[in-house]
Amino acid sequence: MTDVSASQAPSAAGPRRRTSLLELDDRTRRRNAAEARFRLMGLLAVTFGVLAVIGLVASILLNGLSSFRQTYITVDVYLDPVRLDKAGTRDREAIAKVTTFGYAPLLEKALVDAMAANGIALEGLSAKQAAELISKEAPAQLRRYVMADVSRIGETVTFDVLAAGRIDGYYKGRVTMESAALDRNVSPEQLMLADQLKQAGLLGTKFNPSFFSAPDASDTRPEAAGLGVAILGSAYMMLVVLALALPLGVAASIYLEEFAPQNRFTDLIEVNISNLAAVPSIVFGILGLAVFINFAGLPQSAPIVGGLVLTLMTLPTIIIATRASLKSVPPSIRDAALGVGASKMQSVFHHVLPLAMPGILTGTIIGLAQALGETAPLLLIGMVAFVREYPSAPPEGFFEPAAALPVQVYNWTQRGDPAFVERASGAIIVLLVFLVIMNAIAIILRRRFERRW
Amino acid sequence: MSVGILIAIVLGLAIAGFFLGRRRAIAKAGGDSRRLHSLPGYYGQSVALFASVPALILMAAWLFVQPILIDDKVAELIPDSAIADGGSRGLVLSDVRRIADGIDLLVVQDLLNEADLQNMRADFTNVRSRLGEVGVALGANVSPSVFEAAKAYRDAQRTGATLMSVFVLALAAAMFAFSLLRIKPDLRARNISESFVLSLLIGSSLVAILTTVGIVGSLVFETIHFFQMYPASEFFFSTTWNPQFRGGSELGILPLLWGTLYVSFVALVASVPIGLMIAIYLSEYASKTLRSLAKPAIEVLAGIPTIVYGLFALITVGPFIRDWIAEPTGLGSSSSSVLTAGLVMGIMLIPFVSSLSDDIINAVPQSMRDGAYGLGATRSETIRQVILPAALPGVVGAILLAASRAIGETMIVVLGAGAAARLGLNPFEAMTTVTVKIVSQLTGDTEFASPETLVAFALGLTLFVFTLGLNVLALYIVRKYREQYE
Repeated sequence: MTDVSASQAPSAAGPRRRTSLLELDDRTRRRNAAEARFRLMGLLAVTFGVLAVIGLVASILLNGLSSFRQTYITVDVYLDPVRLDKAGTRDREAIAKVTTFGYAPLLEKALVDAMAANGIALEGLSAKQAAELISKEAPAQLRRYVMADVSRIGETVTFDVLAAGRIDGYYKGRVTMESAALDRNVSPEQLMLADQLKQAGLLGTKFNPSFFSAPDASDTRPEAAGLGVAILGSAYMMLVVLALALPLGVAASIYLEEFAPQNRFTDLIEVNISNLAAVPSIVFGILGLAVFINFAGLPQSAPIVGGLVLTLMTLPTIIIATRASLKSVPPSIRDAALGVGASKMQSVFHHVLPLAMPGILTGTIIGLAQALGETAPLLLIGMVAFVREYPSAPPEGFFEPAAALPVQVYNWTQRGDPAFVERASGAIIVLLVFLVIMNAIAIILRRRFERRW
Repeated sequence: MSVGILIAIVLGLAIAGFFLGRRRAIAKAGGDSRRLHSLPGYYGQSVALFASVPALILMAAWLFVQPILIDDKVAELIPDSAIADGGSRGLVLSDVRRIADGIDLLVVQDLLNEADLQNMRADFTNVRSRLGEVGVALGANVSPSVFEAAKAYRDAQRTGATLMSVFVLALAAAMFAFSLLRIKPDLRARNISESFVLSLLIGSSLVAILTTVGIVGSLVFETIHFFQMYPASEFFFSTTWNPQFRGGSELGILPLLWGTLYVSFVALVASVPIGLMIAIYLSEYASKTLRSLAKPAIEVLAGIPTIVYGLFALITVGPFIRDWIAEPTGLGSSSSSVLTAGLVMGIMLIPFVSSLSDDIINAVPQSMRDGAYGLGATRSETIRQVILPAALPGVVGAILLAASRAIGETMIVVLGAGAAARLGLNPFEAMTTVTVKIVSQLTGDTEFASPETLVAFALGLTLFVFTLGLNVLALYIVRKYREQYE
């Protein structure tokens, strides 16, 4: 039956349609159009992805680059012995009793004198209002300078003092005359005075090294806030992570890859590692809070706790990378070592491990980079605290309160003054620079030392 | 003796042990190392390992257990009368710790000597102002019993530290002597030190299990604690989230869960089509040059910390959506919204989805493509009708993994989604998620006695169960799929 129907098929289809391969019929055209649409959608998706990268980086750079520059006012400050050292004994203890309030009038006088020397009138501002152009942090800066060497009292020193946050914002486009009119912290007259100072060359914007070295500052002094403590805290945590995660991760991988027998227990470990890699980071924070702080009594906001939590978090990453790199060492190496009489342990430690080292280091650096950018678990173990004191040198410093780079970013986004948004973006740039450096090292290591077997 | 010095001493002992052990082995063999069972270095290594590792383990265990024991002991010293209304033993205990630390500071700065301290009594001396001198601020005046507890706490800590030094050093020295004295030429030193190293390797791989036990243990333990104070049915089925730090809070998880799922849904809607199309385009259409440029560029997104995305949501995407979409259409006026957080999270997930799908699409055998082309299908028809159905289980697995990522994501929602717990459909409104509330309930001073704090553990457990379930499901699907082609 089927043969019959098959032979009859052409006649059943009726008269043959005239088609040419060179002329596209409607259906082919539709199919080609669908093909082109699909392809375009793919291209759009890729473009969107690339644009997202560019947009993200550009938005951070645009907002943050200005934080590396800061407005300073140059004044000649006369370190008046009458105010700073009434007894005239140059006794450090006595001078230390003069608080920052004692230094503020010196700055005020210096500014008024400088204005008079350059022929700038106060124009409706009191001397006190004029002095508000200077950051509230400046007296502390001056006091530190004097305390460093008390014999400077009586001299006149040229000082670059920070301008107040609003004045700085004026030159970065954040504050305008209109917004100043509504602002309690700054008036349009003060901005005009700042302009005059700028014309006289007393006020200028320049590179701000203290952004990288100064500690955090309070809500009202965004101009003085820096990343010093945060960078130090992050560095301490990375030291802890490196010191714990690398040996633990490598040891665990060696066991699982080279020695572990195929049994339930090994399976249990493997399942645990792959699950830990997928646990949300905030859960590690809860673990840190419950176990390290609450149960073991370690101090809050300390780099050691942060380091321990991040170690547990990066361990799966390092183990996975190390195992992959151990696996890529060909079995012939092991066989050759065993063949000349090495023990299993010797073959691993003398031959396999050195060959796998570049891969292990690459994985470790990538794990560290991940840990450096992690924020959520650190929020729970108290790293959000406001810390102005630098932690001391290790090992004591590991147990003292510190901040961390990503947490500092979060901290600054929670403050009222818009100047802190600029700071937060600047801190992100610093963080990203560290990450780029770490990833670049990882890539270079991989390119230079990785062997293809 | 401080922990750092103790570690240094033990490590010094280990290094000395290595050289002494080596030398002793060679000397026992009469200078002829061929008469030894193992290479001389192994004799040294066994001494070094035996001298250092047990002592260090003892020290770590001691440091872990001591605070717990001391806390228990000191807690007994605090009479019930010393516990203020609304306070708890834990609060008093933390006061005790601060007073003890303050006394330490006083002693270090020579403002107080030990003999005076013994005679010092809280009912005669103003302890609060004395401690204020060294920068230890106390909330209230110190009652005599608390002060005595603080002294006891301090004594116990010092005794503990001394005992620890003694025991650790004794153990190190004993193991040192034992392993050094047993050296003789036919001692199987290599086997001994190798099995020692192997046990260390096994111990390291146990850390993974311990971590899981720690996570599950702390979550479950504190959650049980929470449910003793707050009814479980309220927690799971109440639709209000309204924590009050004076008690009487309503802690229903439903609004948080809704916010989490809503944000994750928006994120997946944004990321899955784009990620999938990127994977398809790059593996099926793109030229080699484009692929080698675009793939790493998009993978940059995967290496960026989530706080960066959070800031991006806060300062760029949020205000943009508010000013250009939400306010003109009158749908919302807040810059943090479900849409903001969802879109930014979607961007974060794009590389995740695309690289996973890329692997899966590349795993589809070439023969299936060739077969479809041979039948006259266009490329897009091949992809839609052959490759995608074949890759479907893998893609579903990838989407589930992305969903588990989205649910556990914290920083983007903290900065982008807002803090108002709300059950609503409008994506331009601020809503909140489980992770945001974990952060807000546990940040700052935490006191582990109120349901408002402990609820974070119940939320954490919910989150853990959710993400774990999704991951297990995803891995199951992916694994099942892989078996078909390999």
